[in-house]
Amino acid sequence: MSLQRTPLFAAHQRLGGKLIEFGGWEMPVQYSSIVDEHLCVRRAAGIFDICHMGEVLVTGPGAEEYLNETLTNDVRKLGAGQGQYSQMCQEDGGTIDDLYVYRLAPLEFLLIINASRIEVDVAWLQERICASKHRSGVIFENASNRLGAVAIQGPRVVDFISQVFPGASEAGTQVASVRDLKKNETGRWSTFAGTPLWVARTGYTGEDGFEVVAPAALIEQVWNRTLDLGHVGCLQPCGLGARDTLRTEVCYPLYGHELDETTSPIEAGLGVFVAFEKGEFVGRSALLEQKTKGPKKRSVAFRMTDKSPPPRPGYLIFVDGQNVGTVVSGTQSPSLNLGIGLGYVPPVVAVPGSLLEVEIRGRRFAAEIVKKPIYRKA
Amino acid sequence: MSFQVPSDLRYAKSHEWVRVNDDVATVGITDHAQHELTDVVFVELPAVGRVVKAGEACAVVESVKTASDIYAPVSGEIVGINKAVSDNPALVNTAPFGEGWFLKIKLSNAPEVENLLTPEAYKAQIGA
Repeated sequence: MSLQRTPLFAAHQRLGGKLIEFGGWEMPVQYSSIVDEHLCVRRAAGIFDICHMGEVLVTGPGAEEYLNETLTNDVRKLGAGQGQYSQMCQEDGGTIDDLYVYRLAPLEFLLIINASRIEVDVAWLQERICASKHRSGVIFENASNRLGAVAIQGPRVVDFISQVFPGASEAGTQVASVRDLKKNETGRWSTFAGTPLWVARTGYTGEDGFEVVAPAALIEQVWNRTLDLGHVGCLQPCGLGARDTLRTEVCYPLYGHELDETTSPIEAGLGVFVAFEKGEFVGRSALLEQKTKGPKKRSVAFRMTDKSPPPRPGYLIFVDGQNVGTVVSGTQSPSLNLGIGLGYVPPVVAVPGSLLEVEIRGRRFAAEIVKKPIYRKA
Repeated sequence: MSFQVPSDLRYAKSHEWVRVNDDVATVGITDHAQHELTDVVFVELPAVGRVVKAGEACAVVESVKTASDIYAPVSGEIVGINKAVSDNPALVNTAPFGEGWFLKIKLSNAPEVENLLTPEAYKAQIGA
């Protein structure tokens, strides 16, 4: 089976990207080194190809109610130009995907979904439209091939972002400059070939930054222009390796690790994004039961307390000599220089300060549960 | 991409190098190998005194993304391990043929060294 390539494939080759398979796509895991790229984002600026992610447009007079029936968070909270993190669950509370939803215009919503879940999500969303009493007011488009995206992240992105997208926004959140967008706000610019694209103040790294969603045909121009102008902020291209170490340090979930069809947002500690008060949505009663009675497992962040190999997904977690859970994400933290990870354990153990052991290649190494996020800016 | 391949060493197909002094072989991984791994974050070394056979996995080198086995290029007893690389794994990347060495094996079968690749043969293998 041949792998899919984004519009930036040639750019990755030119930049010396080390290409690997990810979710059916041929993507750069790194260009120079994962540690260098990670630290570059923490200290200056990095740009990531995220074209592999999926984009779905849901429009019409029935869109808002349909989305509120289907997703966990409350889209009524969103004004035009605002976005929120959300999940899509099964009846039993298991997670189908986590995603971002933006209201681009009163009746127009953009969903950003995980690359590995595009097919499943699209099938589920379409099924839910058929089941919805608002279906005649919903227009659905899977725009994943038509649209691409890049993420520009780091404390120095503000030094150059308004040169890449000059002037005021023309739609979405009204701002005189792209730098004026607040977290979770998005605006529309037509800087490139007079064609509209969206810039949101969002990201997956724990740093300030922006994510740009644009027609696939514009993506290479956006990438090249940002790299050119980004010199003033020491911008570097960064791959999926750094994307993973960055998000792990700040404990952001990755579908397939912290979330999957057997794990709910409540178990993952994301209850704040589940808007029970909005009314009925898929999974509401299962999630409410978990919230009131307590879930069977809880997501925790931990750090290794002795010198050890890095923890990795799948390694077993022990308490008092008993295997009580599993690591779902783990790495050597480039910012903190120690092993860190996320895992699932029984609620009774899930307390910061609790001591654990992680089994690595047959030996057990000491670890300690810590509060999230593991990495915090000073 | 041009990698260092010192001419006074011998090489295993699995990218370890060997420097022989009398009957003791110092072992490390090559410039090509460290470049493939990038960012070495942890090195797990065997116990001194352990006896290994040529081709046996005897150490582990971990990068941010993966753990890789290191194979003994020759048979013998482990008589030394490099604490420096345990304390500072980045040495494997910065000085793979020098300070980034892993272990020393007292040869039990010296002729085995002749089975290892010459610098020219290793260069050919990595396309250098």
